[in-house]
Amino acid sequence: MGLSGKDLVGLQHLAAKEIKLILDNAIPMKGIIQRQIKKVPTLRGRAMVTVFYEASTRTRASFDLAAKYLSADTIGITAATSSVSKGESLRDTARTIAAMGADVVVLRHPMAGAAELLARTVGASVINAGDGAHEHPTQALLDLFTVNEKKGRINGLKVAIIGDILHSRVARSDIWGFSRMGAEVRLAGPATLMPPGVEQMGARVYEKIEDALDGADVVYILRIQRERQQQGLFPGLREYSQLFGINAERLRLAAPDVLVMHPGPINRGVEIAPEVADSLQAVITEQVTNGVAVRMAILYLLVGGGSQHEITY
Amino acid sequence: MIKEKAQILDQEGIRRSLTRIAHEIIERNKGTGNLALIGIRRRGVPLAERLAAKIKEIEGRSVPVGILDITLYRDDLTTLAHQPLVRSTEISFPVSGKKIVLVDDVIYTGRTIRAALDAIIDLGRPKVIQLATLIDRGHRELPIRADYIGKNVPTSRKESILVLLQEIDQKDSVLIYEPAGKTDKPTGDAILGQLIK
Amino acid sequence: MKLLIKGGTLMDPATGRVNEEDLLINDGKITKTGVNLSDDSAEVLDAAGKLVTPGLIDMHVHLREPGFEAKETILSGALAAARGGFTSVACMPNTNPVADCGAIISYIRGKAREAGKVNIYPIGAITSGSKGVELAEMGDMQKAGAAGFSDDGQPVMSAGLMRRAMQYADMLNMTIISHCEDKSLAGGGAMHEGYMSTVLGLPGIPASAEEVVVARDILLAEETGCRVHIAHVSTAGSVRLVREARARGVQVTAEATPHHFSLTDEAVTGYNTNTKVNPPLRTDIDVAAVRQGLADGTISVIATDHAPHTIEEKDVEYGLAPFGIVGLETAVGLVWTELVATGILTPLEAVAKLTSNPASILGIAKGTLEIGADADITIIDPMATWTVDPEQFASKGRNTPFAGRVLQGLPYATILSGRIVMREGALL
Repeated sequence: MGLSGKDLVGLQHLAAKEIKLILDNAIPMKGIIQRQIKKVPTLRGRAMVTVFYEASTRTRASFDLAAKYLSADTIGITAATSSVSKGESLRDTARTIAAMGADVVVLRHPMAGAAELLARTVGASVINAGDGAHEHPTQALLDLFTVNEKKGRINGLKVAIIGDILHSRVARSDIWGFSRMGAEVRLAGPATLMPPGVEQMGARVYEKIEDALDGADVVYILRIQRERQQQGLFPGLREYSQLFGINAERLRLAAPDVLVMHPGPINRGVEIAPEVADSLQAVITEQVTNGVAVRMAILYLLVGGGSQHEITY
Repeated sequence: MIKEKAQILDQEGIRRSLTRIAHEIIERNKGTGNLALIGIRRRGVPLAERLAAKIKEIEGRSVPVGILDITLYRDDLTTLAHQPLVRSTEISFPVSGKKIVLVDDVIYTGRTIRAALDAIIDLGRPKVIQLATLIDRGHRELPIRADYIGKNVPTSRKESILVLLQEIDQKDSVLIYEPAGKTDKPTGDAILGQLIK
Repeated sequence: MKLLIKGGTLMDPATGRVNEEDLLINDGKITKTGVNLSDDSAEVLDAAGKLVTPGLIDMHVHLREPGFEAKETILSGALAAARGGFTSVACMPNTNPVADCGAIISYIRGKAREAGKVNIYPIGAITSGSKGVELAEMGDMQKAGAAGFSDDGQPVMSAGLMRRAMQYADMLNMTIISHCEDKSLAGGGAMHEGYMSTVLGLPGIPASAEEVVVARDILLAEETGCRVHIAHVSTAGSVRLVREARARGVQVTAEATPHHFSLTDEAVTGYNTNTKVNPPLRTDIDVAAVRQGLADGTISVIATDHAPHTIEEKDVEYGLAPFGIVGLETAVGLVWTELVATGILTPLEAVAKLTSNPASILGIAKGTLEIGADADITIIDPMATWTVDPEQFASKGRNTPFAGRVLQGLPYATILSGRIVMREGALL
């Protein structure tokens, strides 16, 4: 029992039974978070290094708490974004990490493929906390956990992902994860922000957002960034909100017990109307809690055991 | 590969042991006030439930039963070939101030009980923790002893004890056997597959 | 000094002759061909079972000197060329400083003479500093020995400037080699835009980024009458545009690189930066179209776009790695394995795309085995199989996506002006 690889770089190559294993292990982890004494000794003596080349207090705090609840020691390295452009930085960081003897490295990096590069270079387990527009596997796993917890299943659900799919690593990981677990994944967003060939990943692109929302069990809203407007990718936040913003009226097209999800931080009044963000259907804050539990499960499965990666019987 | 096996307890033997333990628990705790049972996954759980049923039979009062998963507290995780799945701890009552009786099938080195004590103490501060086991096979590695014992079974370290329970294994029986190969200690489920025809 | 090549199959695409004859070289020139030649004073080179072709010409390489000597030097590039069976290469001007005036062209030619091993034909820049603002001194560079003009790597984005460059080059009777890429469409792309870029999350370069400029330069060539050569054609659309233009009689030629007829964007899986190249590796449809273009003559030249980089530069995140693949030492193997062994090209057609065709585009007196021609000769063992090992390269660059590939077809000997510079892999 365990994950097949040393690292967690993405969901593209994670088997359904590995995803299920992580989700199953996250259930008791959530129990620990809800206790008075939120600490178990499982990872005592293990060290986790978080290396963030992009600012993300939320993801980093989530990993930090997950490790601390499991009694691992943690340290964070914040790499200056300017050093990324020099290119040497990741390779040198890898050497430093190897020298420090960390057991697990959590990497957030603006370039796609950075986690894979690091995983090839270091012996420690590498967890991808987001690499460019490639993948953000722990986010997708916490999304899967949240849906499974609320709906009791993932198989057969209609999951509509709305927004800037092109630049979204969350969307990619969610497309892999939800489709692998048997959900029907629908995509809608501005044509300029829809990546080519995305249907081959196992999703269906809808030209009209209304069709994507029709009867959806989950509406997953992505964050839209103003800089895409400056890049000429869409006309502006006002028009975006009119065409693709999820408001109460649009949400009525979805199933009555729809779950509204968002990877955060949300732009109120842009991609999500305040009444939707604050509605009972929104599970955005629970996603955050579940993030800690899912990351605990991942840490346990990657470094909680012994030398299970070398033993093959 | 199993060299030989012998039955230590049959269904009747298990039933008699549990009945006696139930009486001892009531006697020692002067009734069921403030009492709670916590079974250690996996086979401590049905044993705890059976004890609770016996206690209810005798005293006419229900005692709460909880389930404890000690995986995250094990001290041997780094040496196991197969990483165990973490399961839920399900204790729906506050443990603080309670008289807790921990229930497990076999006490051997004492390490499982050590992990269980840590796990319970992380949940709160019980008034007292007692231990009930169906079998005590000796060879303690920690200063831990059971308060209630179904049967003492002197064993050698080479031997293994296997407790089969109706709820999990479809029959009640306690067996002693000696695995032929010393190298890889087979998992309980793997041995079960060989033992249960 | 005489050299007699015996027992091989002579293959001269300039005349279309293919026959089993011996070839005698005297004083750097081909002096005689015929059956059972003998000359007691000549050194004899046994070419039994091998092809004897004009010295191969790679009209698109980057030798990096001056300015980027850590990547490659004129000498290391020359050695790599000799190893790969090439006797002539045309080097692109994106050095530092950019080869945009006669003095730098002369400097490169001087360095090339020092290095020996290979004839080097510098390509001059179209615009000053390849900045795309003002025309470079094309006439001065022509006098200094430039063989053509290109802003390779830094495409001329202004159509107006490109039009005037063509008018001016046509006046000088020179060829413009166009790196076709619309920067506004390519954006900050790292690989072909399609399913693979979506999966890998890398910014994509659409096929239209190339095709828009291919179409533009064809129209400008048609209007100005200038000879235009489209560098490294990579898309099905580009092949179609060139095919249609040639059918109309436009003076446009095109080249394809071994990586563009061998690999698709699937090779980028795993973020191997040695697959990062500009134009990027495209889809299987594009590869099939490039092969079809080679087969039907739309693409008349095979050139490597040999672009060495240091290991340190390539051992980074995919998005940060520089574009480029080394090609000199794998070209023959890839041409034979991917095009000849598969029946897409006959051996003679393949050799023409590596000899006589680029010679005529560059306007150089090379690429033939006729009596009196320069004795630049390549002997190819078409049956030899070998494994690509970048550690064995003579080039300083190790950046090949073909490491570990087993290839059929290997240069056996390279002869420059009657002198053996490479034999069985050994540089002499």
